[in-house]
Amino acid sequence: MALLIAQLLTGLANAAALFLVASGLSLIFGVTRIVNFAHGSFYMLGAFIGYSLMQVLPGHFWFWASVLLAGIAVGLIGVIVEICVLRPVYKAPELFQLVATFGVILVIQDLALLVWGAEDVLGPRAPGLKGIIRIMGEPVPKYDLALIAITPFVLFGLWYLLTKTRIGILVRAATQDREMVGALGVNQAWLFTGVFFLGAALAGLGGAIQLPKGGADLMMDFNILAAIFVVVVIGGMGSLPGAYVAAVLISVLNVFGVSYLPQSTLVLMFVVMAVVLMIKPYGLFGREEVAGEHGQVGEPERPIKPADARGRMIVGCLIAALALLPMFDSTFLTILITDILIFCLFAASLHFLLGLGGLVSFGHAAFFGSGAYVAALLVSHAGTPMELAFLLAPLGAGMAAVIIGWMCIRLTGVYFAMLTMAFAQLLWSLVFQWGEFTGGDDGMVDIWPAEWLSTTNAYYYFTLVVGVGAIILLRHVAHSPFGYALRASRDSERQAEATGINTKHVRWAAFAFAGAMAGVAGGLFVFSKGSVFPTELEIAKSFDGLIVVFLGGVKTLSGGVVGGASLELIKDFLTRFEFWRLSLGVLIIVVVILAPEGIVGTVRKLAEHAGWMRSKNAREVTGDE
Amino acid sequence: MSEVLRVENLYKTFGGIHAVEDVSFSVAEGELLALIGPNGAGKTTCFNMLMGQLKPTSGQVYLRGENITGMPPRKVWRMGVGRTFQITATYQSMTVIENIQMALMSYHHRVFSIVPYAHKLYREEALQLLELVGMVEQAERACAILAYGDLKRLELAIALCHEPSLLLMDEPTAGMAPKERIKLMQLTADIVRERKISVLFTEHDMDVVFAHSHHIMVLNRGELIANGSANDIRNNPKVQEVYLGGGHLFAKDEVQPNA
Amino acid sequence: MLDLKSIESYYGKAHILSDLSFSIGAGEVVSLLGRNGAGKTTTMKSIMQMVIPKGGSVSFLGSDITGLATHKVAKMGLGYVPEDRRIFTDLTILENLEVGRQPPRDGGYEWSVEALFELFPNLKERQKNRGKEMSGGEQQMLTIARTLMGNPKLLLLDEPSEGIAPVIIEQMAETILRLKSEGMSILLSEQNLHFARLVADRAIIIESGTKKFDATFAELDAHPDVRDAYLSV
Repeated sequence: MALLIAQLLTGLANAAALFLVASGLSLIFGVTRIVNFAHGSFYMLGAFIGYSLMQVLPGHFWFWASVLLAGIAVGLIGVIVEICVLRPVYKAPELFQLVATFGVILVIQDLALLVWGAEDVLGPRAPGLKGIIRIMGEPVPKYDLALIAITPFVLFGLWYLLTKTRIGILVRAATQDREMVGALGVNQAWLFTGVFFLGAALAGLGGAIQLPKGGADLMMDFNILAAIFVVVVIGGMGSLPGAYVAAVLISVLNVFGVSYLPQSTLVLMFVVMAVVLMIKPYGLFGREEVAGEHGQVGEPERPIKPADARGRMIVGCLIAALALLPMFDSTFLTILITDILIFCLFAASLHFLLGLGGLVSFGHAAFFGSGAYVAALLVSHAGTPMELAFLLAPLGAGMAAVIIGWMCIRLTGVYFAMLTMAFAQLLWSLVFQWGEFTGGDDGMVDIWPAEWLSTTNAYYYFTLVVGVGAIILLRHVAHSPFGYALRASRDSERQAEATGINTKHVRWAAFAFAGAMAGVAGGLFVFSKGSVFPTELEIAKSFDGLIVVFLGGVKTLSGGVVGGASLELIKDFLTRFEFWRLSLGVLIIVVVILAPEGIVGTVRKLAEHAGWMRSKNAREVTGDE
Repeated sequence: MSEVLRVENLYKTFGGIHAVEDVSFSVAEGELLALIGPNGAGKTTCFNMLMGQLKPTSGQVYLRGENITGMPPRKVWRMGVGRTFQITATYQSMTVIENIQMALMSYHHRVFSIVPYAHKLYREEALQLLELVGMVEQAERACAILAYGDLKRLELAIALCHEPSLLLMDEPTAGMAPKERIKLMQLTADIVRERKISVLFTEHDMDVVFAHSHHIMVLNRGELIANGSANDIRNNPKVQEVYLGGGHLFAKDEVQPNA
Repeated sequence: MLDLKSIESYYGKAHILSDLSFSIGAGEVVSLLGRNGAGKTTTMKSIMQMVIPKGGSVSFLGSDITGLATHKVAKMGLGYVPEDRRIFTDLTILENLEVGRQPPRDGGYEWSVEALFELFPNLKERQKNRGKEMSGGEQQMLTIARTLMGNPKLLLLDEPSEGIAPVIIEQMAETILRLKSEGMSILLSEQNLHFARLVADRAIIIESGTKKFDATFAELDAHPDVRDAYLSV
């Protein structure tokens, strides 16, 4: 009993930082509609800045002052990010901004490395709260009790600010209709900046306040990201009490998990999230998201037509050029292009879901990884021949997508995104923690292709045929009745349902199909590398996919492929430098600001502007023939 | 005339509030029936229950004698009911003709087909429907750039693609200029007369209602308070009170600013 | 008070307003007539700088406001009531009014919540209710009241009679006439000629984004050809 209470208290104390960070994320999302991937980075900065301040400011008072100052400092950094990075892209298509925030993550990672070095730092203990108190015989750190006491005050303060003050009313009004708030004389630009300050400051506070319990390291940003997304989703987007309850729930369960089911710790929170969303699709305290009719920005998508003779010729030439590549006899180049083809297929499969279906999946890597792992497991545990294992890879990934899709497609928008991420994490933690079967962190090795494909060039041709074939298949399906039905379900669910289309089944089938295609990419991947590691299932991999689809251009059919190829090439070039993350992050941000319609969209626009390309669609759209 | 739609004792309750209370009526073949009433009277709720977007708390809906209560919209559609929306719902990323082709593909059970090119399917049929609403020249235009009145006509063409026996139109002329309103309703009336389609529509424009309905029902606070011909409704004192208004403000001499 | 000079406005690539000029004097109620798609809403948005005109200028109370941020335009005393109401459905009526509140302008009338409740008694009864619990007519009242909280000197009403029951339209007319009697300048866009005639002093007719007529209603009656050509009543 006593142990139980002690564990409960530990959980409550751990919830403090989680709640602070998650409430900041929720606040920023609520008002700006930006899913701020960089929120974990703000948390990490809070920890590092707090640590540095505590080094120079000793004593009781200065400890707490350092925590506050760290929060304010991070808030100001948030303001800089908002003004320099996000303001220029508010008008870009929905969710495009998350690409910019991803750029911010990379920049902050390298900057933190530059300033604080690669070593983990141990947080200083809080002066005056170093000891423990015995509660029913069990030791409980005093600092934990302090945290437990502080959190409700923060919650109350935030609640009061949002519901009782004029600022709070304005913030809630802006959450719903920013333009109208502006038309009523409120400077919404500064309202956004203010909200960003507060949200970032909360993340910074969270980072600083957990120092005595944790410390600071360069992995903190990604490590907390999944947890805070989970908290926000379980609690309900935009609900502060919800974020608190969810933070407590997750933290307490985690403490118990560590003691009683140590192998479950990574999976646990995603299982909880999945269960909650099954029962309450909008979280414990969330309300149904009604897609606003205002705030929809960007030009409408153009009608699509299969490539004309000229387009086919260009693609044909490109493929022919790729087929000639091994003649240069550069193993390096051949391997690079193999990697790019695989990644392009992965990106194209995500683009199918995201571009045509409007289904923003944050967990598409799950199916890439499933494909890879299915093949690897079959080869190493069942001695399956490579050809069969390769065929079963997309089947396995497709099956996973059927099951996960069934649970996810009931939700839309950000909730759908979060749930897909949760399931992807679930798969990841399964692979990661089930070491005896999957090799865990050490991955699976010695998964080589069959004899006839064993040379680099042979496998290159194999990848070229399968990869390009799968990409063409994806494109063809986009032009088929099924592809049209998918777009119809996205454009107007009301009309689609009222004309006999089962939009849920259409989305489900699309999800499964895209998953299977990602599985093909995974299968190609595992045999090209001869190994697979859990990183292929990670959030970072899913994010990579998202980034390239957005960078390539969501509203253009070739966006995924072009984005995939560009990013891989750039990455290959940049990773030769020491601070490549910084350069890549800055590059991404610059592209986002200069080309909000993605590479393909922007090139198309420029070409039309210059008169090189007067596409049929353009004429129809402007009617200026 | 045979009966196309029969609604019996329909109720809908939202958290203890009766949105629709004991509504019964029927629609005969080829009849244009208008459902009018103040905002919040329950017109749209009624509509959504007929089309399956909402499940009634109690009561039954029959289409040509078959019970369709609680069926999802897509099944109701397959039974032969078409609908147009108050706020237009079209596929913005497609061309005008593709919007209709999509509905035709669904009608012919081709939604999950991945082999043919969609834009080549059922073009002729789609062109005929466009011809019907006078939009053939616009067939290849992007739907996103259509004028509002054209969107409404496109919706009508979509709703007609499976040769429905009943059309449900939710404020078909909202947001249109007076002349366009009359034109659209005239077009609708012509089409349905020729094809013996029944129409149930809601509307705020009394000119449209009085000119184009065979029959008018008035809904107020979820209850049907009147059901009759245009003349009956116009002269019904209860309807004047809750909906039509006395018309006194529109008699110029009676205007007394700041009285 | 308000002066538009040769406005050119675009919506994306579409050229909506061309060479549109007109002005509104203090205390005047002017109705902007024209059929759907004629450019009425774009005119309103161009005045508010929600659509920034690519040519011409808009000046208000003698200063050029072209290209100014919308919130600054609002702060100068232009009150915009959008066509589609756009009330904050998650906020209560009182909170909706609070969003619209601005400090009084010198010399201007100062609206208080009480004064507005007197003007719109329905709102008073339901002041603690959330926006989404209100009927369309009540929402229309609220959106006007919300804008009045900013103590505007010129009210822009975009199709206030659209989509509401005739009986509510009558109340709306009464309200507008009362505001007029208190000296408010109003520009209202309308398709309902009856309604416009009832409340406005002057009619401006636009078609395809250009002005076709600008005179009193008496003069409009003397030109039935104009009425038939552009209003198609």
